[in-house]
Amino acid sequence: MTTTLSTTGRRASTRRRTDRRLGGRRANLLYVPALILFALFTVYPLLKGVELSFTNWNGFSPRSSYVGFDNYLRLLHDANVRKTLANTLIYGVGSTLVQQILGLGLALALDRAMRGRNLARAIIYLPALVSPVVMGTMYYLFFQYNNGVLNDVTGWFGGEKVAWLSSANTALIIVVMVNSLQFVGVSMIIYLAGLQSIPWMYTEAAMLDGADAWQRFRYITLPLLQPAFATSIVLNLIGGLKLFDVIKVLTGGGPGYATNSLSTFISVTYFDAQSAGYASAMGVVLFLLIVVFTIAANTALNRRRMEEM
Amino acid sequence: MKRQGVARPRRVRVGRAAIGAFVVVIVLIQVMPFYVTLTTALKPKTDLSSRLSLPSGGIHWKNFSLAIADGHILSSIGNSAVVTVATTVIVCVFGALAAYPLARRRTRTNSLVLLGILGLMMIPPLSVLVPLYSLLNQMGGINTYWGVVLVLANMQLPLAIFLYANFIRGLPASIEEAARVDGANLIQVLVHIVFPMLKPVTATVVILTSVATWNEYALSVYLLTDPTKQTIAPAISSFFSVQSSNLGAASAASLLAVLPILVVYLFLQQYFIKGMVAGAEK
Repeated sequence: MTTTLSTTGRRASTRRRTDRRLGGRRANLLYVPALILFALFTVYPLLKGVELSFTNWNGFSPRSSYVGFDNYLRLLHDANVRKTLANTLIYGVGSTLVQQILGLGLALALDRAMRGRNLARAIIYLPALVSPVVMGTMYYLFFQYNNGVLNDVTGWFGGEKVAWLSSANTALIIVVMVNSLQFVGVSMIIYLAGLQSIPWMYTEAAMLDGADAWQRFRYITLPLLQPAFATSIVLNLIGGLKLFDVIKVLTGGGPGYATNSLSTFISVTYFDAQSAGYASAMGVVLFLLIVVFTIAANTALNRRRMEEM
Repeated sequence: MKRQGVARPRRVRVGRAAIGAFVVVIVLIQVMPFYVTLTTALKPKTDLSSRLSLPSGGIHWKNFSLAIADGHILSSIGNSAVVTVATTVIVCVFGALAAYPLARRRTRTNSLVLLGILGLMMIPPLSVLVPLYSLLNQMGGINTYWGVVLVLANMQLPLAIFLYANFIRGLPASIEEAARVDGANLIQVLVHIVFPMLKPVTATVVILTSVATWNEYALSVYLLTDPTKQTIAPAISSFFSVQSSNLGAASAASLLAVLPILVVYLFLQQYFIKGMVAGAEK
């Protein structure tokens, strides 16, 4: 008991000495410039946004007044908001699902020796570096009604032309697919890094014990990939829930309001409908949505990891 | 590890072929947008042949000149270069400075500060669009480079601080302590000892920040509305909506926007992939 106390005491004093040598408390000044930026451009807008969400400000007039929870009540009764919220969840959850399935599949395929493996990885990752705006423009060439690649191909087989982007259901699926394909390389690389961190001796030991490929995958690879799952899923969820660029270019939120996400609907409400207070309330909802999903995904995935260990 | 000389059973061969086919299909899907955009850009507006076919009547360059003349694509690329370089420099300098005390002085306050900074990464830019826009409007920062640079640097900084702090924690503190004992002040230690050791992680930060800034759209489109100040992503989207009847020109503009990144990726591919992994493994 006494020895432990004295060791911790000594360790603490060493730490203090080290700390003094490295500049002591004054060293904290080094993060002040960064904190000023955050305070000005993230924290203040976030708090100000909460305040604005309780007003009827139109976005430019110097006058506005507090309206209590009116904006939030209006959100509950607004059919467009309900649609938008559903779309946001479809984008978030849909993209996450597609990216995990394809990303993990590609990582497993490209983890083994294969000719052209590096080239394949480089090409699959490439779209992730391109602006989603450009990606949307490029994919528009596929889904356009006249002369679009997809309608040309179905035409060769005697199919009728389809207005892919003017129908809410197909447009939603197209947005999810374009976003998923663009960033599938990111998931692939996260899973590849995860696979490469699994020591070969585990697999070898399982093989010696007579485990077949499926058993090795189920009882070794999958549990040891848990950190990669957590990283990739959280990253894709955030990316999908805040989706903006692709929708703006590919569908513009239409037909009507059918493919808006919360992000695109906020910009429409603020700049076109000039309801800044209402748009701020949506901003608060979007922020809370992402916080809740991120924390939930993190807790669920980390808990599972603990159980499997 | 290698199972040489063993005749593989048929089931394994079929499995391998299926895996190979899966990879080839995805690779083709990922190449298609670039290919179709290229064929579209190289055909005149009147050419209604399938976009899958190559241009038949010779290559048509006019779409590129149209994108450059009417779409201000080259000047937008220049604007993007200015904004990207300025943002990346600020992120690297502020990021490395901020990370040092957060990595070396692990007091309770500093742990909380680091946790708070990580939390900032969750905030979607559009959720603060309204107050951010009106704040910049009051500051006179709309349609200025400094306005968009400060906002984007503020968005990219949390990840950079996190990467720098992780990296510095892995470096031994003894050299810094020795230098301090010998009478160097904190700034000298940072400039002569710490910063030179940060080169590998700076490569990662530069790649992640510059790609994100180059491609940024959601905020730039509202903060830079003046066509002469516009960066490339908003320029492409407005050119695309103006040219919806001439997709050849929009395609040419898209290709011009992608070209700089494509060239850099070609030469620094390994760094990109390493940087991506480092950035993702938080």
